[in-house]
Amino acid sequence: MLSYLVKRVLLFIPTLLGITIITFFLMQALPGDPVQTMAGERADPETLARIRAELGVDRPLPLQYAGYLSLLARGELGRSLYTNRRVADDLLQKFPNTLKLALAAILFASLGGITLGIVSAVRRGTVWDRLASILSVGGISLPVFWLGLTLMLVFALWLRWLPPSGMGGGSPAYLILPAVTLGTYSLAYVARITRASMMEALSQPYVAAARAKGLRESVVIMKHALKNSLIPIVTLIGLDLGSYLNGAVLTETIFGWDGLGRYALDGIMKRDYPVIMGVVLFGAVVFVAMNVLVDISYHYLDPRVRVRPES
Amino acid sequence: MKNWLKENPLTDLQGNLPALLAAVVLAVLVLTAFIGPFLVSHDPLAIDLDSLRRPPGRDHLLGTDSIGRDILSRIVHGARISLAVGISATLLSLGIGVVFGLFAGYFGGRTDLVLSQVFDIFLAFPSLLLAIGIGAVMPPGLSSAMLAITLVSWAGFARLVRGMTLSIKEQTYIEASRAIGASTGRVLFRHILPNALPLLLVAGSLRVGGFILLEAALSFLGLGVQPPAPTWGSMISLNRMYINSAPWMVIFPGLAISVTVISFNVLGDYLRDRLDPRFRA
Repeated sequence: MLSYLVKRVLLFIPTLLGITIITFFLMQALPGDPVQTMAGERADPETLARIRAELGVDRPLPLQYAGYLSLLARGELGRSLYTNRRVADDLLQKFPNTLKLALAAILFASLGGITLGIVSAVRRGTVWDRLASILSVGGISLPVFWLGLTLMLVFALWLRWLPPSGMGGGSPAYLILPAVTLGTYSLAYVARITRASMMEALSQPYVAAARAKGLRESVVIMKHALKNSLIPIVTLIGLDLGSYLNGAVLTETIFGWDGLGRYALDGIMKRDYPVIMGVVLFGAVVFVAMNVLVDISYHYLDPRVRVRPES
Repeated sequence: MKNWLKENPLTDLQGNLPALLAAVVLAVLVLTAFIGPFLVSHDPLAIDLDSLRRPPGRDHLLGTDSIGRDILSRIVHGARISLAVGISATLLSLGIGVVFGLFAGYFGGRTDLVLSQVFDIFLAFPSLLLAIGIGAVMPPGLSSAMLAITLVSWAGFARLVRGMTLSIKEQTYIEASRAIGASTGRVLFRHILPNALPLLLVAGSLRVGGFILLEAALSFLGLGVQPPAPTWGSMISLNRMYINSAPWMVIFPGLAISVTVISFNVLGDYLRDRLDPRFRA
């Protein structure tokens, strides 16, 4: 087990390096002086000189990359061109808000998606099944930003059930529309996977055995079939959580949610390159870290994976 | 192996109503992209300050936007951009994915190790985020949107092709063609590729919708084709502050995206059910 953990975390390193190579080349492709870009327009000459030395823009590319890595290793992501604040500080400050939104969204997606998936697997071929499949196609096809605006129009502006935007000082009502918007895509996927996985489980002999024992159908479905089809669902949920920074850029913009996504959009609008690159790098690292966690938990949750000798 | 072409899945769509509908919608859409711009009566760029934010009506079937431009003709013109980006990004990323996937799968060993690592790195980015990064360093426009989408998606296809190549190359007919002295290029592109094609068609068709969504998101963020050119994504972002007073300006472009993407996804699902042996009941 421990050796597996170590191996998995070690495999994380080349991927991280690869990510930084890509962001490094993106920085190289930026218009303008990279030193100025990293340091910020209003940087004092000392900072400029320090970064210039560190970056060594006259040195060959591999050396420059090494300099970039050493900056990153110390959490130096540069400063915003507009506010002159350290991007790393901003990221850490905004992250909790995005995390809160992401957790609410994943809760919505898992509860809704698993319920929908179970209903359509158990009531296969009925109206319910068809309704669930329409919902799951719609969920992956609607543009997030348009879904958000439409929900806002209907539930906040017309019906006035929920606040249209803002964070409301942490009141849960403000969380509902953004979470539903962000979570709908995953909900659709979770519903699909749950349906497929449940249908497979329901056709297994142990389900027939549980029924033959005279167990109530609800027990058969929830305890026997669902429990055994959870692994792919959990995997999917974990991976989706890691990619929520994607949807957050759009969702947070629409609902005025003060997280990483809106921070990224502000950066895009102002061409604030250190901010954009900071969010891209941060998002990729979170995503990869989530991948590793899912892999490890998969290994942990499924006894079949654990018992199998490792190759 | 090639009989999937003979029993053309598109000819017996009648059995599947959603797929048939999706095919019809897409046919209409393609037609709209080609000839629609000649049929609509309004210039999509013409500013008309006498008719700002008109609700849908006789003169403007879907209303006008905040500077009086006709929304219907903007949606019709926008179809060109959406389809062009969605379809060309699919073909480009499929093409790149096929080449690298074939190489990685066929040559194995160190080639495979290095290429697979590269695929994994590209797949390690959340796609919209990487597309934003790429889009931000290039001058915004049609080709940079296309390039950004291609760069974030080719690796997925490459990994798929690599996997298929690994299993196809063990088949006896590949051994046979090598035994009679076929060149590597011939084995790769004449023997392995055609056998991977049905599944690639499925994978490609399942992704077109996602690419159109990605293009819309990039336009929405201001990183796609630039205003005043009409794109569905930018129509939504430019008009979103009027969502309460003039919802049609946002609702209709969004419906255009949704209907298009739903149709691609439904058709993709259908093709997968028909062509992917793992999904055949």
